[in-house]
Amino acid sequence: MPDYILTTSPQMAKRHARHSRFQWYGRLAIAISISFMLLMFTAIFARGTGAFQKTMIAVDVEFTESVIDPKGTRVEMDLKQGNYKPLILSGLQQVVTGATERKDRNRLYKLVSGGAVFDLGERVAAKPDMIGTTQRVWIAASSEVDLYIKGKVDPESDEAVRRLKDQDIAWVKLLQEDGRVKRKFNRVFFTSGDSRAPEMAGILSAALGSFFSLLVCFLIAFPLGILTAVYLEEYAKKNRLTNLIEVNINNLAAVPSIVFGLLGLAVFLNFFNLPRSTPLVGGMVLALMTLPTIIIASRSILRSIPQTTRDAAMGLGASKTQTTFHHVVPLAMPGMLTGTILGMARALGETAPLLMIGMVAFIVDVPKGVTDVATSLPVQIFLWADSPEKGFVELTSAAIMVLLVFLILMNLFAVYLRRRLERRW
Amino acid sequence: MEKNMTEETAAQTDASTPIMTARGVDVFYGKKQAIKNVSLDIPENQITALIGPSGCGKSTFLRCFNRMNDTIDSCRVTGDIQFAGQDIYAPKVDVVALRSRIGMVFQKANPFPKSIFDNVAYGPKIHGLSKSKDHLEDIVITSLRRAGLYDEVSDRLDEPGTSLSGGQQQRLCIARAIAVDPQIILMDEPCSALDPIATAIIENLMDSMKEKYTIVIVTHSMQQAARVSQQTAFFHLGELVESGETESIFTNPEQERTQNYISGRIG
Repeated sequence: MPDYILTTSPQMAKRHARHSRFQWYGRLAIAISISFMLLMFTAIFARGTGAFQKTMIAVDVEFTESVIDPKGTRVEMDLKQGNYKPLILSGLQQVVTGATERKDRNRLYKLVSGGAVFDLGERVAAKPDMIGTTQRVWIAASSEVDLYIKGKVDPESDEAVRRLKDQDIAWVKLLQEDGRVKRKFNRVFFTSGDSRAPEMAGILSAALGSFFSLLVCFLIAFPLGILTAVYLEEYAKKNRLTNLIEVNINNLAAVPSIVFGLLGLAVFLNFFNLPRSTPLVGGMVLALMTLPTIIIASRSILRSIPQTTRDAAMGLGASKTQTTFHHVVPLAMPGMLTGTILGMARALGETAPLLMIGMVAFIVDVPKGVTDVATSLPVQIFLWADSPEKGFVELTSAAIMVLLVFLILMNLFAVYLRRRLERRW
Repeated sequence: MEKNMTEETAAQTDASTPIMTARGVDVFYGKKQAIKNVSLDIPENQITALIGPSGCGKSTFLRCFNRMNDTIDSCRVTGDIQFAGQDIYAPKVDVVALRSRIGMVFQKANPFPKSIFDNVAYGPKIHGLSKSKDHLEDIVITSLRRAGLYDEVSDRLDEPGTSLSGGQQQRLCIARAIAVDPQIILMDEPCSALDPIATAIIENLMDSMKEKYTIVIVTHSMQQAARVSQQTAFFHLGELVESGETESIFTNPEQERTQNYISGRIG
């Protein structure tokens, strides 16, 4: 008997070699993409994690009535706007005894955040009993001190190139020795809007702006997209007009997003006079951009619903509309929702069209509805990345992390919906 | 003139009154003609089998009877098909009503992804046949009984229809068709995906069903046609070659092509 299966002919060896070579190409490609992704994530994490913590300085503040509320009215507005600066300063001076000159006092006061006075005002307004007592209050440090505590300022470097001078560092060390410097969770980052001072800046206003925009986007794009897809796929006759519409929808999906922004600017703002810089208009522009994606995804899902399902319903005497809405659409819904969510995830990361309709403004206030001026997460990232203050570097990375978390959550939600709603047939 | 011709070619199948008649039916898919001038009578309360090799147009012809071909854009049907004396392709005919009188069972069992109960209840629901919840339950149980499925599923009516075996699924589809109380049930190769045991069950079922319903079945199996049907029509290349009583078709075919097919020389 000749040996057929044990010996390998030259052709066989070649075939095997090609097989394994191709596998290695594939593995190499995956390895390269994963390493780039890891590089990106580590860079963002390394920079951004710092922003979730913030340096606080403990100051013994004597809440003197004559300074805060000289008339003794205890009116909330007056308490909030009281003159807290000298109180903080004298608290600091208890530790840093040397700083008595006017110039030194100013430098010393700069160790704490410019927003500290508002913080104290809020606290006193909330608890007026504090007046007349002396309390140890944790006050946000300035961004420079914060960076120094996080080890991002090199005290050995040339004094002229850093904003925190040797004198300041010596004072911070004094405070540290007294146990008055601590890193705490940065609540402000999640609870306030943008600010010129990095230590006071937060992403809430941008996150809510994104949320409201996506809400508007969903409310417009989902029903419109689904109905268009269902009509084109289930009802429309295949002729030149539907062909033309189909080609145009496919083309729209590839139109650069900034063009949709220009359209929004021209139509929604200039023609319909809708309020500028608002999530309402932002959402409408994003809806225009997302519609083609939703339509294309929904149509391909509808096409994948087996004809036998339609036959079964039609054979029983169900009308076209009953067949479609009792059987086809429910089966297609998980897929259509997934397509919608993926389209919305793209819209969440979109910056260019929002720039065109003015959602790029410096917004401190947290928007309460779709007609309040707002910005969005990616635009906020863009704005912070553009800011000269060193403190914004880590804020930028932190905001990117928040955006990524939102994107991952949306994609997970899409996966969950698909698992949950998908029925076998 | 055309009418004369079609009357001449009309195949007289049986003495009993035909419930459906087809005269000079042509079916086109785009420019391709799938059915060529077919005339056939379907007698009431009998089983009529349409046989022939793959692609001969027997399924296409069957789908003309409840206008399922309407769902295919490129498909065009001409000729005259009457159900109980009425032209089913007349402009005023309500296709929905027509399909509730003429049910259909498909080649591949296609239960809805719903519970067994809901599968059967769907037809009566959309046609408003049930007066109350109890009545609906009655209809469902009766239909499942008639389809010979009730005893097997009585304790799990709320389980998905797709969890049943292939043969059970097909009987569920029959029960679903029965639930609308049709006069005619069209079956498009209902056993082609089933094993012999499941096939035998469905064949027995059809035999008992013919007392109440008229059945038209498309099958590629000559044995099946011989076993279950009283009337047989043999299709070849879109033409109706021969039709008549099953026994005479199988024992004494008039046409050579029929003879060849039955003896296995074409097909």
